Amino acid sequence: MEAGTDRVKRGLAEMLKGGVIMDVVNAEQAKIAEEAGAVAVMALERVPADIRRDGGVARMADPEKIQEIIDSVSIPVMGKVRIGHFVEAQVLQSLGVDYIDESEVLTPADEENHIDKWAFVTPFVCGARNLGEALRRIGEGAAMIRTKGEAGTGNVVEAVRHMRTMNREIRALSSMESGELMASAKTMGAPFDLVQEVAGSGRLPVVNFAAGGIATPSDAALMMQLGCDGVFVGSGIFKSTDPAPRARAIVEAVTFHDTPETIAKVSSGLGEAMVGIEMGTLSDSELLQNRGW
Amino acid sequence: MTAVGVLALQGDVREHARAVETAGGTWAPVRRPEDLESIDALIIPGGESTTIGKLATIYGLMEPMRRAISGGLPTFGTCAGMIFLAAGVTAGAQAQLGVLDVIVERNAFGRQNESFETNLEIPGFEQPFRAVFIRAPWVAKVGGGVEVIAAVDEHPVMVRQGNILASSFHPELTGDVRIHTMVLQAAAGRRRMDGER
Repeated sequence: MEAGTDRVKRGLAEMLKGGVIMDVVNAEQAKIAEEAGAVAVMALERVPADIRRDGGVARMADPEKIQEIIDSVSIPVMGKVRIGHFVEAQVLQSLGVDYIDESEVLTPADEENHIDKWAFVTPFVCGARNLGEALRRIGEGAAMIRTKGEAGTGNVVEAVRHMRTMNREIRALSSMESGELMASAKTMGAPFDLVQEVAGSGRLPVVNFAAGGIATPSDAALMMQLGCDGVFVGSGIFKSTDPAPRARAIVEAVTFHDTPETIAKVSSGLGEAMVGIEMGTLSDSELLQNRGW
Repeated sequence: MTAVGVLALQGDVREHARAVETAGGTWAPVRRPEDLESIDALIIPGGESTTIGKLATIYGLMEPMRRAISGGLPTFGTCAGMIFLAAGVTAGAQAQLGVLDVIVERNAFGRQNESFETNLEIPGFEQPFRAVFIRAPWVAKVGGGVEVIAAVDEHPVMVRQGNILASSFHPELTGDVRIHTMVLQAAAGRRRMDGER
């Protein structure tokens, strides 16, 4: 028996496809998420919108809180660690979380290096704005990728930008002749073997979810139609006026993302979505997506 | 050509579709009750069984699926698919079809850190099957008429009851399509029977 193989790590992400992973800060929210049909929950101390508002250093959640969430649901539980903070990752692995998100939403612990994710049995998901960034993370051992988007804004524009960028770059690689791939790898700063793999298959070697700014069922369906495998919803659910129905509606919108009648039906009467932030009002230093490289 | 329906509410639908195609069949997604009418076999993929159960309930698939499967539609469920086909789970309650007379223990092998792959002996296959177990269930109780095909540490992980086949592991993740070929053969048999009717 072999544990922690690539196939086992990437495999769990395959099982999450077509599903919604929801940010939760306590057991009560975790149960609401599970009841609404979430495929997994992300356990954290504060949702991104609160991190953005409160400022200060954002860290891994209290292990007691993570344990409480693990004990409260039967679906997979993910946890966030700071970029480069491999000890926080060791702690989450020891707690038995099912996936570790090395996340730009928390304050980075290392401005130069991301975590060597091959050293862990627990699989990792990492954010990316473009193909080069995604392939660098996969090169470090990430078993799942998500768009960075701009977390805690309720504004989907950055997630769309990142997904479209990745799609465009994958299409470009697919149409290149093999002699052009090394120059591409150099430009993108991506491992050559992964560039070759993507050029051959026309897709990322791991599952790719949308994240960052998804607030409505239509936002979720938009990301699915753009080719994402599933969605993370952070502040969008528990910062809305009525979380449970919105959570259910987003789950249904992801499954039926190509059926506008269903999206219309599930979107009706959901109450107020979270208040969003227009990108132009954020300075560069306020953008979480610029953390990590 | 036989068409295999893959329940496409959530989960690793694409991997099953690819396995069916590699084995020489065609596939179609099943999201609505009417999608069940034109298929010769049904695959319930891996995924999150609670999510699949909720969506199947909301979109009115439970009864039509029970009718189709009880009516002899060759059916194969992997992991969450096995849980969804079963009569019950050892802890809690969730939407299940109850067409496969077994009680399943969810996440029986443990959480993700305990997920593993191993070589499994399956009767009828000359070479062992590389079986991938991800937060996998096992069968805790087997009803009459259920045949245990394979086990890990004496826990049943692959069972058959008439037209229903179920596994705790994910053959769709390995590129080995021997089990999908069995499903396609059952589908072809079913198609011939329908043709004679």
